[in-house]
Amino acid sequence: MEQFTGKVWVLGDDIDTDIIIPTEYLALPTVEDMKQYGFSPLRPELASQISEGDIIVAGKNFGCGSSREQAPEIIKALKVKCVIAKSYARIFFRNSINNGLLLIENSDIQDVVKEGDEITVRLGESIEHQGKSYKIGSLPQNLMDIINAGGLVKAMQKRNGLL
Amino acid sequence: MAHTLIEKIIMKNTGKETVTPGDIVTVNVDRVMIHDIFIPFVAEKFEEMGFTKLWDPDKVVLIYDHLVPTSAVEDVRHFKIGDAFAAKYGLKNVHRSDGICHQLMTEAGYAKPGNIVFGTDSHTTTYGCVGCFSSGIGYTEMASILGTGEMWIRVPETIKVVINGTLPDNVYAKDVILRLLGDLRADGATYKALEISGSTVDQMSVASRMTISNMAIEAGAKACLFKPDEKTCEYSQVELSDVDWIYGDEDATYCKVMEYQAEELQPVCACPSQVDNIKEVKEIAGTKIDQVFIGSCTNGRLEDLKVAADILKGHQVACKCIVTPASRKIYMEAIEKGYMKTLAEAGCIITQPGCGLCCGRAGGILTDGEKVLATNNRNFLGRMGTSKVGIYLGSPATAATSALTATITIPQAGC
Amino acid sequence: MGMTIGEKIIARAAGVEEVKPNDIHTVTLDRMMSNDGTTHLTVDMYHNQLKHPHIADKDKVVFIMDHNVPAENPKTAEAHKKMRNFAKENGIKLYEGQGVCHQIMMEDYVCPGELIFGADSHTTTYGALGAFGTGVGCTDFLYAMTTGTSWVMVPETIRFNLHGKLREGVYARDLILTIIGDIGANGANYKIMEFAGDGAHGLSIDERIVLCNLTVEAGAKAGIVDPDEKVVEYCKQHGREAVHMYHSDEDATFAAVYEYDLDKIEPVVVRPDFVDNFATLREVKEEKIAIDQAFVGSCNNGRLCDLRAAAEVVKGKKIADTVRFLVAPASKDVYIQALEEGIITTLMEAGAMIMNANCSVCWGSCQGVIGENEVLISTGTRNFKGRSGHPSSKVYMASAATVAASAVAGYITGAADIQ
Repeated sequence: MEQFTGKVWVLGDDIDTDIIIPTEYLALPTVEDMKQYGFSPLRPELASQISEGDIIVAGKNFGCGSSREQAPEIIKALKVKCVIAKSYARIFFRNSINNGLLLIENSDIQDVVKEGDEITVRLGESIEHQGKSYKIGSLPQNLMDIINAGGLVKAMQKRNGLL
Repeated sequence: MAHTLIEKIIMKNTGKETVTPGDIVTVNVDRVMIHDIFIPFVAEKFEEMGFTKLWDPDKVVLIYDHLVPTSAVEDVRHFKIGDAFAAKYGLKNVHRSDGICHQLMTEAGYAKPGNIVFGTDSHTTTYGCVGCFSSGIGYTEMASILGTGEMWIRVPETIKVVINGTLPDNVYAKDVILRLLGDLRADGATYKALEISGSTVDQMSVASRMTISNMAIEAGAKACLFKPDEKTCEYSQVELSDVDWIYGDEDATYCKVMEYQAEELQPVCACPSQVDNIKEVKEIAGTKIDQVFIGSCTNGRLEDLKVAADILKGHQVACKCIVTPASRKIYMEAIEKGYMKTLAEAGCIITQPGCGLCCGRAGGILTDGEKVLATNNRNFLGRMGTSKVGIYLGSPATAATSALTATITIPQAGC
Repeated sequence: MGMTIGEKIIARAAGVEEVKPNDIHTVTLDRMMSNDGTTHLTVDMYHNQLKHPHIADKDKVVFIMDHNVPAENPKTAEAHKKMRNFAKENGIKLYEGQGVCHQIMMEDYVCPGELIFGADSHTTTYGALGAFGTGVGCTDFLYAMTTGTSWVMVPETIRFNLHGKLREGVYARDLILTIIGDIGANGANYKIMEFAGDGAHGLSIDERIVLCNLTVEAGAKAGIVDPDEKVVEYCKQHGREAVHMYHSDEDATFAAVYEYDLDKIEPVVVRPDFVDNFATLREVKEEKIAIDQAFVGSCNNGRLCDLRAAAEVVKGKKIADTVRFLVAPASKDVYIQALEEGIITTLMEAGAMIMNANCSVCWGSCQGVIGENEVLISTGTRNFKGRSGHPSSKVYMASAATVAASAVAGYITGAADIQ
């Protein structure tokens, strides 16, 4: 069973896609060009503070708003290991799966975790924080199939005989 | 067995005798829409996936609207890639400056009652106004549909919303959906379908229903559908007998039923910076504003321009008032009806049809400390400028009335 | 000794009987115009660099937002806010999004014989009504606004005697581009270009605007058409009286005199990247130069007659799929007239995009910006490198009819060639 430990960044409820990546940067050529503007309307400095393996903890309805797939891509490009939120908006959730960004649902950790804390995630089982354990679920099989294929692009490549 | 409206569309599409919320099914997509912002990514993923042809070029629609007109040198890259993709794969349905994608999809007849349509934009829920199951997806998923014509979905649960009675004269479809969003909250319909019915929506134009289905995504909804009626058939140019199967059964299972009496509804605004932060206009009346924006796929249609023109006729706006019609067709009809002249005489700044200010790339960006009353669908932090801009969302009547005094004002009854 | 029109205007503004070239005079300005290109800078200087900030006569000052309207980013919005607040605090008339500054000045303010400073190079436009308009920087503008005066060195005058009439399908735009091609981009440096003769008087005020507006592209300090009854009529139509109708004396001294037979002028296409890079349409169209964008608008060519010319060309046709055709009426009034005449509908049916009345593509920073290696054919005022977008892009200049024809064809061609 996979597990990992990371430093936490805490965000609130309803973190929308305009916060994750404002429209004015969407015409930049690549996600690499865009990622410095991630979360800029809310916390302009955040994108530069996030390090590889960090974890974002947020409230309900994370990723609400637009269908812009740059939103999960930017979080991935910032090398965030996973997002833990109380709930996710529908399109964002699909986009994340299709891009291999790990999303975890949990509604208890928000009350106890502080920014800068370290937590350990045991996939499909629990989140460990300061000696306490919080249960998490696992994803349905059809989504795991896409994730196991390495994302939707890889799944289609396999279908088209490229892999 | 009884079914909701969206279940019936999914059953018809898949040939299944019954479906239940939670089922994972694969649907045959009737039409897809890609807009200018995402075409470079769709094109890249499509080829990366190893596809060499579109499953059906006639079923693909490419629309330039977010970047029309361009406002930065890199914008045209999206058009070049889109044009090249269209040429390479024989894509004929390309609109380069005809208006906002969601307006065009129903206006040009691409999305019809009973269809299943996906678009690379969250407000794809709009086509539910004609009884079409439509929803927004990301560009990777779009690329896979372009190759396969298929998409997996989880059959959503349905929330039934019943609105009966006659709306007060100063209350519009926008006020109805904002009230609904305030009650549902921004995640209240996540992964669910909304089905809207009742005598109030029966009386509404297709355009007004469009306002409602457009904003359903702001509650997280996967779709928002209306039963097609005579008005729908005239608008979508279909026969009623071909679409009379599209309705939710009385005894279908709904996860929630919400009932409203139209006479009790009031003009409302979504206040900064959440779409579900709903207040009655009278509570915020007197708030100074720096700008008004009338337009977008939510409220840039002929009836919206008419309301604004009726209110502004013979007056001068007291603050900048930007009007962006939703499509070329609407703009030309509004010329014909004299609305454009009235709006220009009143001092409005009338722009080329497109997403305009709503997508925050041009079209009247604001700065710190400024407030805007807008008729579009989102008031997220930083959507129209800096994060210190206050965005209020309201009906075109509230917007136009407020433009006259540069303060948020309750629209007059009967205007 | 006789004086030219420009000398007479300066003499009046200086309160002296006579002036002659190279004299330096202190003048009282009749009007000052500043737009959103630089007003925020002027406002900063006003607040930060003056000991006793004060506006001499607020009624002589006009602020016009036209360059970046509607705002395309928070920086622009901030500049606009500064301009708007300053206008409000000081009781200065502000126009926001109602048209290009020079067109609004023509419609609402300019009178013959006036001396007007504008913080924009194309202020030379006002010579169409027999006024002396000239562009200044924001420091000069600040001085003028705070004192109501400025200094000028009296320029020499070059006289252009125009004879006869332009042939059908040839426009004032072709004429002035021909003249600039002849005398060069610095051919009238610090001089007044004065237009007279039956050919000049045969032109409408809107056509005269086209001439005067572009004189700055030959380096001129002002461009003035000898005023006549049409000027009186224009002023009357716009609720003003033409009082100081100056004409050059018989014995006035000119630095040079040029004669032009208007019926010899032919359609012009100026090549990138200078306004004097003259070529005839006849030559250029042979090359079938593909275009990405076409633009009709600007203070030079965004008036009713220009929109009408474009509409006549595209009527019943479709803009090429490969071309974005943007049309920006020069003002709200122009837009409304074009609506009433059905011009806007005709243009839209053909596939044109109608912009709000503003500088649009000609300013090239917020609307219709062109990309890498793209080609634009434009009725704008300039074709400098990168003027309308990416530094690698190219701008050709031509009349509204030629631009519209090229938009239909997809490459540079004339109206007669697409019938």
